[in-house]
This record gives sequence, structure tokens and C-alpha cells, in this order.
Amino acid sequence: MSTTEIDRQWTTRLRKRVAGKLPPEKLLPDTQPTYVSSWIYVFGVTTMAALGVVIASGCLLALRGPQWWHTSSVGHFVNSLHLWSVEIFFFAMVIHLWGKYFMAAWRGGRALTWMTGVVTFLTSIATAFTGYVSQSNFDSQWISTQAKDGINSTGAGAFWNVLNSGQMLMWHIVLLPIAAVALTALHVLLVRIKGVVPPFEKTTEVTQ
Amino acid sequence: MSSFGLLAAIWPLTTLGHYVSWHVIQISVANLIVIILMVVTFIVALFAPFPGRRRRKENP
Amino acid sequence: MRSKAFRPDVDAPEWKGGHSPYDIIKEGTIALVVVSILTVLLSVAFGSPDDPSITIKAWSTNAPMDFATTALSELNATSGSAQYGAPYNHASTGQQLGPLTLAKWIGVRVPVNSVNDYIIDPLRSLPKQPALTADLSQWSSASGSTRAGWVKDYSQAANQMQIVNGQLVVNATNAGPLPVMMADLFQMARTGALDQALVTQNGFYTSDYTLPLLFLADGTYLSGIAQKQHLTGDQWGMMNETGNYPGQAWLWLYTFWYQIKPFNASGNGDVLVWGLMMVLSAGLLLTPFIPGLRSIPRKTRVYRLIWREHYRSLP
Ligand code: HEM
Repeated sequence: MSTTEIDRQWTTRLRKRVAGKLPPEKLLPDTQPTYVSSWIYVFGVTTMAALGVVIASGCLLALRGPQWWHTSSVGHFVNSLHLWSVEIFFFAMVIHLWGKYFMAAWRGGRALTWMTGVVTFLTSIATAFTGYVSQSNFDSQWISTQAKDGINSTGAGAFWNVLNSGQMLMWHIVLLPIAAVALTALHVLLVRIKGVVPPFEKTTEVTQ
Repeated sequence: MSSFGLLAAIWPLTTLGHYVSWHVIQISVANLIVIILMVVTFIVALFAPFPGRRRRKENP
Repeated sequence: MRSKAFRPDVDAPEWKGGHSPYDIIKEGTIALVVVSILTVLLSVAFGSPDDPSITIKAWSTNAPMDFATTALSELNATSGSAQYGAPYNHASTGQQLGPLTLAKWIGVRVPVNSVNDYIIDPLRSLPKQPALTADLSQWSSASGSTRAGWVKDYSQAANQMQIVNGQLVVNATNAGPLPVMMADLFQMARTGALDQALVTQNGFYTSDYTLPLLFLADGTYLSGIAQKQHLTGDQWGMMNETGNYPGQAWLWLYTFWYQIKPFNASGNGDVLVWGLMMVLSAGLLLTPFIPGLRSIPRKTRVYRLIWREHYRSLP
């Protein structure tokens, strides 16, 4: 095979594109620009860590099926882990959002990073909601019968029936987590590709 | 399961909730605490010195 | 060097300064440890709520009148779900966003027939009892207008509905089979058989609770409990959790609209709030492209705090 033939292979082209956009030292850098020096920067990573704990505790809850936690004190404890890690997850994510807003971290071709962040936020809200209606207790009875009106009013209720507990559980433990994790991965890869946004120039605030 | 009795919460928050209302706003004390903690954490994150970084000259 | 077209809220200056060591893997590991410890501490300290679900058995036992009136409203199709429209039935247009009748366009995809689903079919599932069997066949062979006459007569007599020795008593004289049928339905609810009948409509296995949940929501027993727990829509309930636990605080804005006009006074409140929230979410999504909104960070200068070490080091 000639070199040009190899160069034209899909595999080669994909590898070269990936390596060009995201070489290992960009994917896992060992330094950061000197301006990266604030506690605000830790909230993205904290959100990711909380997402990890949410998923791990959710997997533990899944082990013995959806009714287990009502009858077992171990199950109930695992449910507590799941609930509190979700609270921490949203807590960290919202602070992360505020921080990125006040840094205008979409500048310099980072709009897609911001937008994947927002979509992840909305997906997380849907994931949490389906979790609440999957509890199979009074809370889920009340939340689902209330929420149906909002969702039905948009027409979506025809396909996405919040009173269908099986459908909600499937969305909660399969479809939405896959979406949230995939979006998070994309979001963080975009950050690595673009690098952390530089500060505003001192002059821009004077002239504008 | 009694050996797992230790797993029961120390201060279960299962009593009827407490609510604060102000004009149109009604919020549970628990949510209010969460939101206040969020704002406080944000402010602390803005002001607290970030450790472990090479300190740049304080007086240029 | 800089072209005149540099837009400070869109473009970022190129970083020509230095770099210093930063261990992101160590940072991530510490974050994971801290979050894990915090999660365990909060769980050990506070646990999590689990108020048991409400059964139709409990409802008909604790609030028999409410159950009986709700069953009547399914019979004469005046209940919330019977009047709902799409996706459950064709009874009404449903909510409208201006001229858009979104739910109606998409149509009835989760069909619910209040008389058959809540009364006739469950009664058919009961073990054979001569009186009930005769009444059910009388019902099914009757014409539509005959049934309507029975329902009308029964509904009128039900103003004096009583519960005597645990039996539902309605002295209707021209209601055909209905007094027996409704009394049996009441018994069925009290034994818990109705809970089962409503979920097993699709066979042995089940994971769809549309019918029993709509039925529960048509009564006032469920919402009465929710009201005490501060969970109803006009109590900012979407954000709240049972007991003293924090809830979905991130729904604050969505919940807020339900407290004010025109949303809380409109029959189309839900679709109006959803429409508004979609527009606002699009605004958050497109913030980098919205003039004004994207300049707030630069103008408020909060970033001066975040990057203070950087600015301090500038000449
Ligand atoms: C599951 C949710 C999320 C996770 C796990 C996550 C994670 C991260 C991480 C690890 C970083 C890099 C470190 C840092 O600067 O903090 C980052 C950066 C960023 N995030 Fe998120 N994020 C999430 C949601 C969001 C949301 C909701 C927004 C905004 C609406 C957002 C906007 C951004 C932006 C603009 C950056 C680039 C920062 C820069 O260049 O300085 N993220 N995110």
C-alpha cells in the first residue's frame, strides 16, 4: 500500500484528526495558564465527582430492584446516599454555572461548551424528575399526578406518560443517565480542546 | 436486619416541614438553607485565596 | 496587533503569559473523596424520606365519602380525568397556547374511558355473584339512552348518599343496575381488590399506573394530604419534599410562575408556563449570542475577583 492510500483510510484520518485536536498533553495537561487560580474552578470537577457518586449509588439501588429500599434499612441508606449526592450534584452545578457566567466563559469559540453545559443542566433536571416519580411512594404519586398536566399541555404526554411508572423508571435509569454522561463527556472534552478561557483584557473594560 | 439499625438516620427530617413566607414567596426552611449555602459557597469561592499556586509578586 | 473587530464579550484575547503546574487528576480525586464523605455524612445524619404510597383501599376506608363521590364522578363523567381531553379522551379541547391546541393535535394516545375503566371492567373481574352478574349483563345490553337515564337518576339520588355499616347506600328508584354496581365497587375498593383490578388491566405483569393514579388524583384525599405537606402547586409545592427535606430547589423559577397572574388564573396556566420556560431556557442556551445579556459579566466586573491574582500581576 502506498502512503497516500494509507493516508486516505478512514481510520488514519480519524486518528489524525483526534490526535490533532486533542493530543494527550491537551487531554490530560499537567499545567494550566497562571490565571487559573481560584476556587471557582473546582466546581466543574466537583459536579463531575458528584455525578460519579450519583451513578454509583444509583447502581447500588439497582442491584436488588426498585422495591428493595422500602423494606430494607440497607436499601434505605443507599437511597439516602443517592438523594444527598443528587443535592450535592445540583448544588455544585449551579455554582459552576454562576462562575462560568461571570467569567463569560463562552468567549473565544467556547459557545458550544456553554451550550452543552446548559443542555446537561436541563437533562439533569429531567433525570431528577423521573427519579422522583420512580420512588414508588406517596411522593411519586403526588409528583406524577401533578406534573402530568404540564407535560400533557405541551402534547408530549401522548408519548411520555409520567403516570406510566415503568416508562419513567426506564428513562430514569437508562436513557437519561446515558444522555447526561455523554453530554458531560462532550462538555469536558470541549473544555480540554479549547483550553480554559483567558481573562478579559484590562483595556476592554476601559474602552467599552 | 437489626444489625443494620446503625444505618438509621440520626436526625431524620421526617416531621412536618417548616415554611417561610414573604409576600408571594413560600419556601421550605430546608430549601432556603440549601439556597443560602449555595450563595455563601459562591461568595466564599470568589474571595477565598486559592492555595497551592505559585504566589505571584504581591507588589509589582 | 488587534483588529478593530475584536468583540470583548465574544472573542477572547490570546494568552501569552505563563503556565504553572496544575494536577487535574489529583484535583478530581480529592473532589471525589470530599463529595463521597459529604454524601455519607448527610445520609447518616438525615436519611431520606419515604412516605408510603396511598392505596385505594386506604382512600375508601379513611375518606369513604370522597371515594364514593369520585366514583360517581367517573360514572357520570364529570371527574377531572373524564373531562380532560387529550391524551386521555375527546371530552374537551384541553389547554391552548394561543391558537395552538398542542395536546389535541397529537390526539388521544393514552385512552381512558372513565365508566368502563373505573367501574365496569373492575366489577367484571370480581368472582361471580348472581346479583352483580345479572346487573352487569343488564348494563351491557342496555342502550346508550337507557344507561344515560340510569346515570342521571342515580346521580340525583346520590345527593343523599350514605354509608351505613360500611355499605354504600343510594336510594335510587329508576337507576337500573347502578345501586348494586356502585355498592359492589365500594366494597371492592375497601378490600383492596380495586387497587389490583386497576393495574392488572393489561395482564399479569404491570408497570403502568395511569388508571389508579388518575383515579386517586380525581378525588380530594390525595391532594388533602399533599396540602398538609405543603406540596400543592399554589404552595410552591414542586420545589418541596415531604417532611423537612430539601426538594427540587432548582425548579424555583418554574414554580414561581404558578404563583402569579396570568398563570395562576388561567385555564391554560400549564401550557403558558411551559411555553415561557422553554423561551427562558433557550435564552440561557443562547446567552453567548444575546447582546446585553452576554455583556453583564464584563460590566459587573465579578471576574476581577476571580482573576485577581492575574490582574495584580499586570504592570
Ligand atoms: C453535569 C454537569 C456539568 C459538569 C460535570 C461540568 C464539568 C465541567 C468541567 C470539569 C469543566 C472544566 C473545569 C472548570 O472550569 O470548572 C467545565 C467547564 C465549563 N463549564 Fe461545565 N459542567 C457541567 C455543567 C455546566 C453548565 C450547566 C454550564 C453553564 C450553563 C457549564 C459551562 C461551562 C463552561 C462555559 C466551561 C468552560 C470553562 C472555561 O473555559 O473556563 N457547565 N465544566
